[in-house]
Amino acid sequence: MKKWLWIFWVLITLSVTGFYGYKMTLDEDKSELLIGDATHGHFQIELACESCHTEPFGGQEVIQTACTNCHQQELKDAHDSHPKKKFTDPRNADLLQVIDARYCVSCHTEHQEEQTQDMGLTLPTDYCFHCHQSVGEERPSHKDLPFDSCASSGCHNYHDNKALYESFLVANSGGEWIKHLDEINANRPAPNAAASIAPELIAPELIASKFIASKLIASESAVTEKASSAINALFAEKMAEHPDINNHWQASAHEQAGMSCGGCHLTGASTNEQTSLAAAWIEKPGVEQCQSCHQKEAKGFLEGKHGMKLAQGYIAKISEMSSEHSGLSFSELVQDNQHGCNSCHGAHSFDTKYAATEACLSCHTDEHSQNFNTSPHALLKDNVLEGSLAAASQVTCATCHLPRVKEKQAGTEVVRVEHNQNLNLRPNEKMIRSVCMDCHNLEFSIDALADETLIQSNFNGKPGKHIESIDWALKRDQKKAKKE
Amino acid sequence: MMKKLMKGKAIKFALTASVAAAALSITGCGETEASKGIEPKLYTDSLFAVMKADRTNYTKYIIKRLGPNGVGAIKPDEHWQDIENGALLPAQMFRAGAEAVAEMTDKFTYSLQSNWPINSQNAPKTAVEKEGLDFIAANPGENFYGEETLGDTTYFTAVYPDVAVSEACTSCHNKHKDSPKTDFKIGEVMGGVVIRVPL
Repeated sequence: MKKWLWIFWVLITLSVTGFYGYKMTLDEDKSELLIGDATHGHFQIELACESCHTEPFGGQEVIQTACTNCHQQELKDAHDSHPKKKFTDPRNADLLQVIDARYCVSCHTEHQEEQTQDMGLTLPTDYCFHCHQSVGEERPSHKDLPFDSCASSGCHNYHDNKALYESFLVANSGGEWIKHLDEINANRPAPNAAASIAPELIAPELIASKFIASKLIASESAVTEKASSAINALFAEKMAEHPDINNHWQASAHEQAGMSCGGCHLTGASTNEQTSLAAAWIEKPGVEQCQSCHQKEAKGFLEGKHGMKLAQGYIAKISEMSSEHSGLSFSELVQDNQHGCNSCHGAHSFDTKYAATEACLSCHTDEHSQNFNTSPHALLKDNVLEGSLAAASQVTCATCHLPRVKEKQAGTEVVRVEHNQNLNLRPNEKMIRSVCMDCHNLEFSIDALADETLIQSNFNGKPGKHIESIDWALKRDQKKAKKE
Repeated sequence: MMKKLMKGKAIKFALTASVAAAALSITGCGETEASKGIEPKLYTDSLFAVMKADRTNYTKYIIKRLGPNGVGAIKPDEHWQDIENGALLPAQMFRAGAEAVAEMTDKFTYSLQSNWPINSQNAPKTAVEKEGLDFIAANPGENFYGEETLGDTTYFTAVYPDVAVSEACTSCHNKHKDSPKTDFKIGEVMGGVVIRVPL
């Protein structure tokens, strides 16, 4: 080969190696290294390579650890029907040759856009066949069912079968499609029935450092009298500058809880020094300030699709959420807005009624969202706002997608809003127990969530589909009873 | 040249021997037998003894005392996670133990299987499992031991009889709508505990 060809080859090799080496190690923009678009679940963080590829070398186990770091608790809560530990027994060695179910990526391979289906699945949808081919012999009702129909809505789910297992179907069969209002009101956590953070749950040092105002600051607060008067003077000045903001704040839950300006706008550091107050002032508080009190809400937000980009350190704009890969559509009017707690809650007013519906509809323009205002659920919300229905009867976007959950914190039962909407969304059967059955019976809930047309109309009508799972479960139950 | 090589080999042998001797003396026994490790049969027999004892004690001291036939403080149920005060059935407790062990070590695995399983996934699959379960059913009081290769690993596989010790075992299996056998009697072999050790 001629000498110049060798030189040309070496130069090309060095250039390519240098370019990708720079991209891999020094450049913040890793887009050139992307081997394919990520799924709808991960596209927001597809350029935060290290969120999944936590180590440059290490293979499948490293990726698996990254998966479980984010999804382990969710799977545990769902009583995962197919956890890794079920497949490590050597008796399943032959099955693992077909699908290595010990690893998430065996079914959910990332960056494979062409073969990715719902739920980020990258396997042919008849995957159940490999282990359950004898089901037709055991269950006459299943005899001629195709294997790609097992995981259709209302029948089975690979991970979360909490609302679909046979005994649950039998135990919850029957009843009217909609429950009596008294029962609904008794079942559901009343909106604002309890604060998600009880004052006694906040650590005293946090109260002092956050300048939560006089109602909560104990006399033994670390704030000196001198600093306190300087802070009050600063607040008075800010309030005078922004009378509208002051009005919003005075009507807010923050004011009622004794949370004044400094709770969000002042860092805890160096606040005893009058001269450094201006430096400690945060003009636009972000999630970090909110989460110092609302820890669980912020955690859910950062784990869900609204906040997952922020969790990786990106300042996210709505336009970055509205990639074609999200499968959703968003209003162009808000494309440049940054996404954070205030996107839905608004600064200073923190109106939860606005956050529960109008905030959602200001961004989400897909068919299901846009049909909300003419849906039966919206009518309930309007009746509550007019005062003709009890508050617990209302249904907003948040009722289903960011539901209120009762839980014990430090021995006290509190109602909090789960801000990770994914926990309750995909697959949609997750909503059956946590939301739908508060008001509807199981049969209606299963049928409604299996009817895509009904979902798009925002449940304006009755289900056009019927899933036979409850019928089959009851039939088997009756057959068994007859034998006895 | 040859001499030099032999001398080198002799030094290597001496070093190896002294390291081996040192290793044995560190272990404090110095017996050749000790370096072989425990026999697979003794190992699986011991594991089974612990499993059986724990399971019996769970049934006797937890389920019987605190369950519906005792003070009624807990509700043993197949879907225990969905029930307030729900508790695992003894067989589920056993499986939960096997799964927890699988998360901790791959030095051995165990499972509960039957020729008449409520969940068909718990029927014997491998030739040794099938032979073992048939053997313990036909030979009450005896265990079965064998070897098998699964994937690219050879295992010592032991199968121990799982006997119906109380009315709760038989009635639950006889009544369950997924049970292929409905006439189990106390004292009968209902299935087997399969323990595997990679060789």
